[in-house]
Amino acid sequence: MYGGFGYLLRRDLPTALIAVVAMTIVFGLAYPLAITGVAQVVFPGQANGSKVSFDGKAVGSKLIGQEFKGRAYFHSRPSATGYSGDVTFFGNAGPNSAELRDAIRENLAAYVKLNRPYDHSLTREQVPVDAVTESASGVDPQISEANARIQAHRVAAVRHLSLDEVEGLISAHTDGRSLGVLGEPGVNVLQLNIALEEAAPLK
Amino acid sequence: MFEGWLQIAIFVVVLVALTKPIGLYMARVFSNQRVFLTPVVGPIERLAYRALRVRPGEGQDWKGYARSLIVFSLLFWVALYLILRTQGIQPFNPQGFRSAPWDVNFNTTSSFVTNTNWQYYGGETTMTYFAQMAGLAVQNFVSAAVGIAVVVALIRGIVARSGRAIGNFWQDLTRTLLYILLPISVIGALFLVSQGVIQNLGHYQLVHTLTGGQQILAQGPVASQEAIKELGTNGGGFFNVNSSYPFENPTGLTNFVEMLLILVIPAGLTYAYGRMVGSQRQGWAIFSAMFVLFVAGVAVVYLAEQHGSPAQHAAGLHTHAFAGSTGGNMVGKDQRFGIASSSLWTAITTVTSCGAVNAAFESLTGIGGAVPFTNLGFSEVVFGGVGAGMYSMLLYVLLAVFIGGLMVGRTPEYLGKKIGAREIKLVSLGVLFTPLTVLLSAGVASAAPIAKRSIYAGSNPSGFSETLYAYLSQANNNGSAWAGYTGFVQPHPPGNAGAYGLSFTDLLGGIVMIGARFAPIIFVLAVAGALAGKKISPAGLGTMRTDNPTFVFLLVGIVILVGALTFFPAILLGPVANGLSGRLF
Repeated sequence: MYGGFGYLLRRDLPTALIAVVAMTIVFGLAYPLAITGVAQVVFPGQANGSKVSFDGKAVGSKLIGQEFKGRAYFHSRPSATGYSGDVTFFGNAGPNSAELRDAIRENLAAYVKLNRPYDHSLTREQVPVDAVTESASGVDPQISEANARIQAHRVAAVRHLSLDEVEGLISAHTDGRSLGVLGEPGVNVLQLNIALEEAAPLK
Repeated sequence: MFEGWLQIAIFVVVLVALTKPIGLYMARVFSNQRVFLTPVVGPIERLAYRALRVRPGEGQDWKGYARSLIVFSLLFWVALYLILRTQGIQPFNPQGFRSAPWDVNFNTTSSFVTNTNWQYYGGETTMTYFAQMAGLAVQNFVSAAVGIAVVVALIRGIVARSGRAIGNFWQDLTRTLLYILLPISVIGALFLVSQGVIQNLGHYQLVHTLTGGQQILAQGPVASQEAIKELGTNGGGFFNVNSSYPFENPTGLTNFVEMLLILVIPAGLTYAYGRMVGSQRQGWAIFSAMFVLFVAGVAVVYLAEQHGSPAQHAAGLHTHAFAGSTGGNMVGKDQRFGIASSSLWTAITTVTSCGAVNAAFESLTGIGGAVPFTNLGFSEVVFGGVGAGMYSMLLYVLLAVFIGGLMVGRTPEYLGKKIGAREIKLVSLGVLFTPLTVLLSAGVASAAPIAKRSIYAGSNPSGFSETLYAYLSQANNNGSAWAGYTGFVQPHPPGNAGAYGLSFTDLLGGIVMIGARFAPIIFVLAVAGALAGKKISPAGLGTMRTDNPTFVFLLVGIVILVGALTFFPAILLGPVANGLSGRLF
């Protein structure tokens, strides 16, 4: 009753065909569409990308980092993708890569050069690793607290805010570890810069 | 580093605590008993049997079981290939993506049908939502269920008192899908959405950024795929950068939950095994052997990554941790995961055959990077893929019993069944097939001039690591990558205009994945069939025990020995050369 080519044609093949069609419908359409339906009703904000607004307009997602230039903003980490939200890839620099050494060396020099005028005690030894290394996602929304504290001197001076005020904004936009223990704390750069623009607009 | 070790400790405790309840539940599902979901799922299950024209409870011998499995997988291979080839006419394609080249499709199809999820493509630049949902995510469910069905069949063979039947493939498949994978995925997906993982079918969104620039945010039904991608140890990212992308994995908490999803079934299966063979100690013995190797790997990656890399140090960067900074090798790691959660994930995704990553493997330090290599070198028996890890480990258990039997001069027997020449031949084939496939394919790919185009890092240890890891990963159905290695050139992403595949790399990888998935499955089912027919003899004074620390030690030793002897020279040339020399290339 088990064996033979005839059994395969009579039993296995039809059953497998039905299984392929049915499972594609159930797991490939019904399941994701049902989850989409529920998500859109119960968690519409999250399901559509956790947007953040400035001046009533969506300026991005709080989960996806953006590139910031100039002295008036907190800067995000270096990125292999230029903070692309639709073409992502890893930098893939190896641990023993001379190119990586050169890139980090340049980033380090640029970081110190940018921030030193506002924080005269800043030395290379104090620069945290996240400030000069590319992230995995290419859109890391956060920087470390140490990184934010160094940049605070510059941003405060340029925007004519007190250091205390800027550090207050940093604390307000620092995400702690989940449940107090999981992951690492980080400062959300986009939300912090939005808060800065609201507190002390450039123009 | 205290906070880091604390997170790792919490994870380990939660995992151990979940092993028993999930194992008990799965054992009842596999034994066709009632569970608390039966009132809801039972009617659907009966409907499925009617539709499939399957008589539940009608046993198949190992050949029948294998034949159903092969026919089913083959048809699904064809279905997935067709879906990937016809992207241009599909619904749920707001970006208007056309199909990727045929050779890349061949690789991708083989990859998802075999639970590998090796990806030469980037999801957000290549795939329609339809292909992601109805093609790839379906395989995340189905290939996982196939792996679990095989281990259930093997367990039945081990405990069968006589006869040839090892269960019914269609029933095992249906019950695994409906009672285990689907319910956990639904809960997992909704939880992930609540934390920020996106779930929609919309067009990619253009936003004008705070400083007047533009950013396009890729969208998609991500959460539904993310949950089963981890739970089924599949690992294929919706996005190219996988679980490091915040829309897949936004917080420390989602990271924790996703890691648990990866390990919960492989760990639970050890308990289910103990339950089904009637001795929990047997299950815990196997759990212990896996656990020791897993924890050792976690510790090595974490310490190595926290130390930092030669390139960082040569650049004059200080990599020690201080207040407000993680320190360590943050190249290819996101701030919210830091060093500890990235290291833990790296170990988890490589002991299991998941292969999803939250950090860039190619940027790991030399010694940290040696851990993924070693974990894959163990042929994914340390927890391993869902089902696949357990059945591969059981082959090692039989091998350990045989070697232990030789050492003490007794006829080897396991759980009352004598292990004869036929079983040991099949076990050896099953154990050696994957490592041999790796060495052969990685050797060919390293030597063939045509495969050079696939390498990103050039002629140095990192470049060699790319090639070796590509075939280690594909043969072990893992899917993580030293991601510089490629088989797909896409000049104008997103979209496939002008894109072409590197045929040699795509085809070799595809064939390796299929061979190293289904050949061992057939050997395992043959072992199940051979054991099913054996009588159980009561344990005597001379019977070697398989549920005590001595046996765990023996088992760990044999896993290390086979893995180390096979791959040690090759791993030396790749990551270890980077780690020990400190030289820059």
